[in-house]
Amino acid sequence: MNTYDLVIIGGGPAGLAAAASAKENGIEHILILERDKELGGILNQCIHNGFGLHTFKEELTGPEYASRFIKKVKNLQIPYKLNTMVMDVSPDKTVTAMNRTDGMFQIQAKAIILAMGCRERARGALNIPGYRPAGIFSAGTAQRLVNIEGYMPGKEVVILGSGDIGLIMARRMTLEGAKVKVVAELMPYSGGLKRNIVQCLNDFDIPLKLSHTVVDIEGKKRVEAVTIAEVGPDKKPIPGTEERYTCDTLLLSCGLIPENELSKNAGILLNPVTSGPVVSDNLETNIEGIFACGNVLHVHDVVDYVSEEAASAGKNAASYIKNGKKNSKKTVTIYPTDGVRYTVPSSIHPEEMADSLTVRFRVGDVYKNCTIATYFDNELISKKKRPVMAPGEMEEIRLEKDILNSYPHLSTITIKIEEA
Amino acid sequence: MEKKELTCIGCPLGCSITVTLEQGEVTNVTGNTCKRGDIYARKEVTNPTRIVTSSVKVTGGTSAMVSVKTKEDIPKSKIFDCTAALKDVTVTAPVKIGDIILENAAGTGIPFIATKNVDAAG
Ligand SMILES: Cc1cc2nc3c(=O)[nH]c(=O)nc-3n(C[C@H](O)[C@H](O)[C@H](O)COP(=O)(O)OP(=O)(O)OC[C@H]3O[C@@H](n4cnc5c(N)ncnc54)[C@H](O)[C@@H]3O)c2cc1C
Ligand code: SF4
Repeated sequence: MNTYDLVIIGGGPAGLAAAASAKENGIEHILILERDKELGGILNQCIHNGFGLHTFKEELTGPEYASRFIKKVKNLQIPYKLNTMVMDVSPDKTVTAMNRTDGMFQIQAKAIILAMGCRERARGALNIPGYRPAGIFSAGTAQRLVNIEGYMPGKEVVILGSGDIGLIMARRMTLEGAKVKVVAELMPYSGGLKRNIVQCLNDFDIPLKLSHTVVDIEGKKRVEAVTIAEVGPDKKPIPGTEERYTCDTLLLSCGLIPENELSKNAGILLNPVTSGPVVSDNLETNIEGIFACGNVLHVHDVVDYVSEEAASAGKNAASYIKNGKKNSKKTVTIYPTDGVRYTVPSSIHPEEMADSLTVRFRVGDVYKNCTIATYFDNELISKKKRPVMAPGEMEEIRLEKDILNSYPHLSTITIKIEEA
Repeated sequence: MEKKELTCIGCPLGCSITVTLEQGEVTNVTGNTCKRGDIYARKEVTNPTRIVTSSVKVTGGTSAMVSVKTKEDIPKSKIFDCTAALKDVTVTAPVKIGDIILENAAGTGIPFIATKNVDAAG
């Protein structure tokens, strides 16, 4: 069996940044395994601009952002295998993978970084019984068809869900000559970024109907019309509010979920809120030497944070490979509550943590003029004022090592939303 | 006097801004929380611009399509003309990031450039 210091599963922005960082931190034998025919991950189909504002201080398109990291990995001469699907990861860090040239093969790794990204939530998005004619696509599938394969899925479009990919596709298909008739969103707020609502919908006078859902799809072979209706606070359609739109295409943009099959089979503990692994401050899962970063850990909306998180994962994996497991005497648990849905990480080893640690999370509702309060056990430590918070935008706080260590008996950090 | 309503995209707050115009001149901006909103609103009502992204066909390459963007912002009113100008454009691999795909998109004086490397197949 081949052995490597570090195997990275997934060659998207997370995998690439993790690989570069591990190499820069002194790890020589690294291998990236990617199932696609090229590196770059989902960014290859995100051809719109708006990536990299934080990292490069300029607005890049998805492929341009990816190419900067691909170049870095190539310059660092980090080996990678394309068209290679990882089938299994075992708790003793044996990776089983498959491709056309090598067939099925196994690699023994000292450490593994999971960077498989996310997939779209598809099933369960449409709560209506019955037959599904052709013409129903997830927004991400439509994005791949239009941008990579050059094929337009339809001419008259209704979109269910106002996640960013749906908004981006509303603009993309409009520019390609389709008529996007309406975007219906079940929640009373959009799941997408404000900038996308303005530049993808308002620019083209595409209506966004909040608190609306699809109640009927007509058509035997192909979608012919879609009926939407307003929903009440119980999310049930209100009779009499139905509106019928003739169309040949229905796009579903109902959120993303970490790709977690491999993690589950390896025995990695998953967080039921994020569907990604539970990790401590060094991004290590419950299995020693297996780390996670990027969308496989929790769904990000800004790729810059993916790269940042992945660079930490690479550095931490390097430290594990060189120094072995840290004998942490102390663990502090982070407890999310009152509007804070989860945190990454969910625990901290105060003695070994980085000097300054970013804790990222999402809120469960729209909050105006509130604060993010941090408690060390029962003592209020900090309040961060936020004029507005929404489930569609990730929030963060920072924890400083020296402050944490000035509380020798600390056992729980609570993060919650409070009225200002 | 004319009033225009906009949503600022400067930050997640998304302030609703009202711009008052007199004979095409901005006389008042309200609703913004910070200076950035004022700058955005003035530009947005007098000279709104956008980067346009799209993709065009490639022959002889490892991918069927190559993604492109306007090298700089173009006037918002020209978005459709710019994408229409790409309709019949086909390029031959290899293509490098930054290669000019179409000069002077729809008379804007701004070219479309490639945003992805596509190697020649083979
Ligand atoms: C359809 C879609 C559209 C998106 N559009 C946007 C957008 O417009 N703007 C934005 O900011 N963010 C967007 N995102 C979020 C985007 O995914 C992140 O910003 C970023 O790409 C996450 O990087 P990543 O490396 O974690 O995941 P990815 O980019 O998804 O990379 C994961 C990689 O792992 C590979 N992989 C997965 N499983 C295996 C396996 N078993 N074996 C081998 N390889 C494997 C995949 O092929 C992929 O290349 C989108 C996500 C999706 C799913
Ligand atoms: S005006 Fe300022 S605070 Fe309001 S959305 Fe724009 S940038 Fe944000």
